[in-house]
Amino acid sequence: MSDKIRFSIDGVRMKAHPGQTIMEAADEAGIYIPRLCHMPGLSPHGSCRVCTVMVNGRPASACTQPVADGMMVESDTPALLEHRRVLIEMLFVEGNHYCMFCERSGNCELQGLAYRFGIAAPRFTYIFPKRDLDASHPHVFFDRNRCITCARCVRASQELDGKHVFGFVGRSFHKRLAFNSEGPLADTDLEVTDQALDACPVGALLRKGEGYKVPIGQRLYDHEPIGSEIEARKDAT
Amino acid sequence: MNESMEAKVARICEAHGRSRTRMLEITREVQSELGCVPPKAVTAIARELSIPRVEVEGFVSFYAFLSDHPTGRHVIRLCNCVIDRMRGYDGIAKLFQEELGIGMGETTEDGVITLESTPCSGMCDQAPSALVDDVVLTDLSRERVRDIVKSLRAHGDPSLLVERQGDGNNAHDLVQAMVHNNIRREGPLLLTPLNRGEAISKALGMTPVEVIRVVKAARVLGRGGAGFPTGMKWDFCRDADGDKKYVLCNADEGEPGTFKDRVLLTEMPDRVFAGMTVAGYAIGAEEGIVYLRGEYAYLRRFLESVLERRRADGLLGKGILPDQTSKPFNFDIRVEMGAGAYVCGEETALISSLEGFRGDPKTRPPFPAQKGYLGYPSIVNNVETFCCIAKILEVGAAAFSELGTAHSAGTKLLSVSGDCRRPGVFEVSFGITVRELLALAAGENAMAVQVGGPSGQLIGPESFHRKIGFEDLATGGSIMVFGPDRDILEIVHSFVEFFEEESCGYCTPCRVGNVLLKQTLERIMDGRGEPEDLELLETVSRTMKAASRCGLGQTASNPVTSSLAAFREKYEELLSKGKDGRRRAFDLNAAVAEAAAVANREPVRSHH
Repeated sequence: MSDKIRFSIDGVRMKAHPGQTIMEAADEAGIYIPRLCHMPGLSPHGSCRVCTVMVNGRPASACTQPVADGMMVESDTPALLEHRRVLIEMLFVEGNHYCMFCERSGNCELQGLAYRFGIAAPRFTYIFPKRDLDASHPHVFFDRNRCITCARCVRASQELDGKHVFGFVGRSFHKRLAFNSEGPLADTDLEVTDQALDACPVGALLRKGEGYKVPIGQRLYDHEPIGSEIEARKDAT
Repeated sequence: MNESMEAKVARICEAHGRSRTRMLEITREVQSELGCVPPKAVTAIARELSIPRVEVEGFVSFYAFLSDHPTGRHVIRLCNCVIDRMRGYDGIAKLFQEELGIGMGETTEDGVITLESTPCSGMCDQAPSALVDDVVLTDLSRERVRDIVKSLRAHGDPSLLVERQGDGNNAHDLVQAMVHNNIRREGPLLLTPLNRGEAISKALGMTPVEVIRVVKAARVLGRGGAGFPTGMKWDFCRDADGDKKYVLCNADEGEPGTFKDRVLLTEMPDRVFAGMTVAGYAIGAEEGIVYLRGEYAYLRRFLESVLERRRADGLLGKGILPDQTSKPFNFDIRVEMGAGAYVCGEETALISSLEGFRGDPKTRPPFPAQKGYLGYPSIVNNVETFCCIAKILEVGAAAFSELGTAHSAGTKLLSVSGDCRRPGVFEVSFGITVRELLALAAGENAMAVQVGGPSGQLIGPESFHRKIGFEDLATGGSIMVFGPDRDILEIVHSFVEFFEEESCGYCTPCRVGNVLLKQTLERIMDGRGEPEDLELLETVSRTMKAASRCGLGQTASNPVTSSLAAFREKYEELLSKGKDGRRRAFDLNAAVAEAAAVANREPVRSHH
């Protein structure tokens, strides 16, 4: 493949391979476009919309949009930053997120994004939905209160584990993660070693017996905001 | 002999070739035999089709007409569209509940009748309406409620509830519906008599490329509402690589207030099928599928009989009009039924649904013309667009495009309903003003008009000079008229509620945004709104419009934004600042209610 495609992000000229998405090209160049449902190694989903950018003046999700020659991408604009803030706040009020005692705190991508965007509290009224949890599995705990329906576990189970443990049922606000069984999570073929468990960006899918294992100060986002690892690539080049 | 549940499911799946693409049929048939699709049947279907169980469960839970728990032998679905509400839905719903002794969404103890509400079922010009199983009841009155319940219990045959049959083909042996066409203005293009073979015969006299050239010359834009140039769509599809191609007809007419496709399917099915056949010839497809909304199930047998007659006449099937082609042209059409999901009118969601998946829209690119149904290049066009195509072949591109405006060629079918004395279907040239249309429909007193359904725009009298057309007021056909006594916020609320329920839930802005819009609107209507709430509505709307993944989410905030633009004072008069810096949105009594109940004492109120 040749480095034939030339395009720009926020006026910075870039090169990309044919078939790459905007996000893949941006990641390589050390430009961080915020995201939640995207995870390298999984097929893009385009559901959280946090990575919404303007492509030649029209909105598109950076994780699904292939680059094209001459494309002009805007990402770091006041309007787009505001949309991202609104989307993150929407995800907070949609579920029941208790960061202060969540096992994923400090390693959570949703929380990490909120800190990066300086969101102390959402401006919307909390919806406080009644949601359940499933602790049936001997090694895995699932809390629907914290699930953001990003489908990362769904895709990881299929694409990395070669299984089909998760899926979605219901629609609209009532869409929720479900398991591939007539019964609870314990009735599926989910194993504690499944990569699907590592795919969860929030505290919805957790391995039992590991809570608070990493001390404060050593967690992923304790020192640098989320996205810094991508931005570091730019400084390295 | 008693056939086990597993055996029934196996038989049904077998009859459909154990193909996932027949999931809509399979689940409908399982439900009609078992009364619902229970968890054990979900497991059995998954086994028969060799797909993960959770995907079958996800499918069943997606569609409103499928149920995983037992419903009554008969399901009464009352249409709760805003127009039905204006015409007495509330009173009728209350009477049904009293008569049956159950609430909405419940089933009578004897398991005979389930009562539900359903969004617009395409009968606004004869509202209030209901579906009893597949049978449509129109012009419901409170007086009829008791009769309906009594006779349904007595004979269990909903078709006997049809008091009198409608006009035209509504009275056809295979339809026998009490639906009326209410065609108020006929012609000059779509609602005209036709020679069934003319369009396809003329198309076969040209090369496929020439046919597309004619379609382009006619400047026809997609009639579903989005207005994409049809010829360009066909060109993309024709040029795309694929062993097979598909012609899909979007007959999932779900935009509240739209019912013109129902009239076209009833009176002009040959023109729809002719248009599809021409499309098949032009893009190189041999298969066409009509995705018919579940609410129009009563038209299915009739439509299939029309297809059968076209086959007998050599207008469908293997070797169409063999004398007119040098190499054989094969094309056939089948009808697939939707199952109650508005989002499936979105073309990529329609494809997901036909493939046997939840009706989630797909990621674009690729577009359907490149990679559509089952990955093959496909075109999706609206019922009316296919009628336009047939007519263009019949009369020529020039005769078509000389009507309408410079940007919007031809005529448009409009479904007009609400506060007007002549509700029904009007064929008008593009460029007609709203005021002219109101005069035709005898709705001169309108205070507001919703153009293009909930996903369109709400306009007030100061905009009635505006023109119907893609360059000004675009509409897929829905025109709802509201008289001076109507409550604007109630109207907006009913639309917001509609989108909240019909969102597929895939992307954040649409899934959550609609809930936030509804929550804020209800607070305002409740008298607890503050001036900042309007900004909140606008903020949420902006993000929904910019960041949503498909047209549903991108337009779902239109009722809010367009009503804020045209009727801002209706919101403002309900807003006020909280006293002593307190947020009016915060309801102290409600907040402590649960604690007070647990403590078993009333809160002590301070008086300083």
